[in-house]
Amino acid sequence: MRTIQASDITDTVCDLCIRANCVMNDGLLDALRQAREDESWPVAKATLGCMLENAAIAEREMVPICQDTGAACVFVELGQDVHIESGSLVDAINAGVALGYTQGYLRKSMVADPLRRVNTDDNTPALITVDVVDGDGLKITLAPKGAGSENMGQLKMLKPADGIEGVRTFVLDAVRHAGPNPCPPIIVGVGVGGNFDHVASLAKRALLRPVGVHNPDPFYAQLEDELLAAINEFGTGPAGFGGATTVLAVNVEQAPTHIACLPVAVNINCHVARHEEAML
Amino acid sequence: MGTLEARHISGDITREVACSLHAGDQVLYSGIVYTARDAAHKRLVEALDAGEDTPIDIDGTIIYYAGPAPAKPGYPIGPVGPTSSYRMDPYAPRLLDLGQRAMIGKGARSQEVIDAVGRNEAIYFAAIGGAAALIAQSVKSADVVAYDDLGTEAIRRLEVADMPITVAIDCHGGNIYETGPAEYLASRG
Repeated sequence: MRTIQASDITDTVCDLCIRANCVMNDGLLDALRQAREDESWPVAKATLGCMLENAAIAEREMVPICQDTGAACVFVELGQDVHIESGSLVDAINAGVALGYTQGYLRKSMVADPLRRVNTDDNTPALITVDVVDGDGLKITLAPKGAGSENMGQLKMLKPADGIEGVRTFVLDAVRHAGPNPCPPIIVGVGVGGNFDHVASLAKRALLRPVGVHNPDPFYAQLEDELLAAINEFGTGPAGFGGATTVLAVNVEQAPTHIACLPVAVNINCHVARHEEAML
Repeated sequence: MGTLEARHISGDITREVACSLHAGDQVLYSGIVYTARDAAHKRLVEALDAGEDTPIDIDGTIIYYAGPAPAKPGYPIGPVGPTSSYRMDPYAPRLLDLGQRAMIGKGARSQEVIDAVGRNEAIYFAAIGGAAALIAQSVKSADVVAYDDLGTEAIRRLEVADMPITVAIDCHGGNIYETGPAEYLASRG
């Protein structure tokens, strides 16, 4: 049994909020630089240049890359041999989010109720997912998620007979429908399998994968490549102004499902695809 | 496709100015813009429905669909990029018919908004979504002028200098979200 202080969790989450929002991760930066290099369409090249300049300003001045600093999505891998002392896990995370979003001059975008819509003024509650795993570690991944891309997500319960072709059509239709709204170049997270709620979580988790890392199963890695090529044929381009670079990565995550089910979900991330992790 | 070299525009976006602009034109705008997004639009339209005065004069305004991050000490405003414009589609035609001259946002618009841009000889500009820190550098001052209780969604009067924007939908029917991708695809032969 290992003991972790709740206050250490709060401090860690606070740091993750600020870093994730102000410093673009290296994998994403490399992908945007490569895209600018490869773009032949002048408007697209210039737009990617603005995005890179923006990221450089944000890091230099430690201000958020995008004003939509998102809902604080927190993924926790909690070792089953960990005991949290002097507070609860959920309270410690929410305290870290409130602290990080205040100290880091990040935008508070959460309303307490979806219909009555009063801002909570500290960006809590965080949207927390906890997995209990072996061992005595505590891994926290913070993924601030903006609404421009989040609102373009879709989920459908396909029939098993629809097969891979049905999945392909659904994903391409969802991304086509999203058009310029999710701030391309985008990252596309795809969940296949599980059930209604599980598949949405798969699609979200798919966005946590570093840009350029494929699904370890060659069957799904090939599907990722095919979808990426097909989406870039849309010509949507950076900011939707036209160009070769509409999507930087398509990440598919699959899970076992029922004999009667073929759930599929698409969760899109913008070109400021943020996620930072820490191990306690 | 518009011109890649940016055109400097300042002050009022008159009908004459709007008519001279075409989808794809790059613009560096200097003047006054008001931020308003979902919640502020709802209140503006509720005030109009109730026959009350709106806290800003809609006639002649440029509305920027944006909710900034908080300003760090020494900055006039925090990062302030555009939000998705389609969410303001239910409100925009009415405001355009009342004399709003321009919208700044990002993403596609409804046919009703496109029609309202045309009949009012107005204009819809796009700012680059996510380029919030870059865009904030063009903001010289920012003051909350209405709905302070809405926090980031309050209406702010921004004085901007050389704010980088692109003509997205013009009053001649041009629409960069259609022609931009189409022209790129055609260029590949």
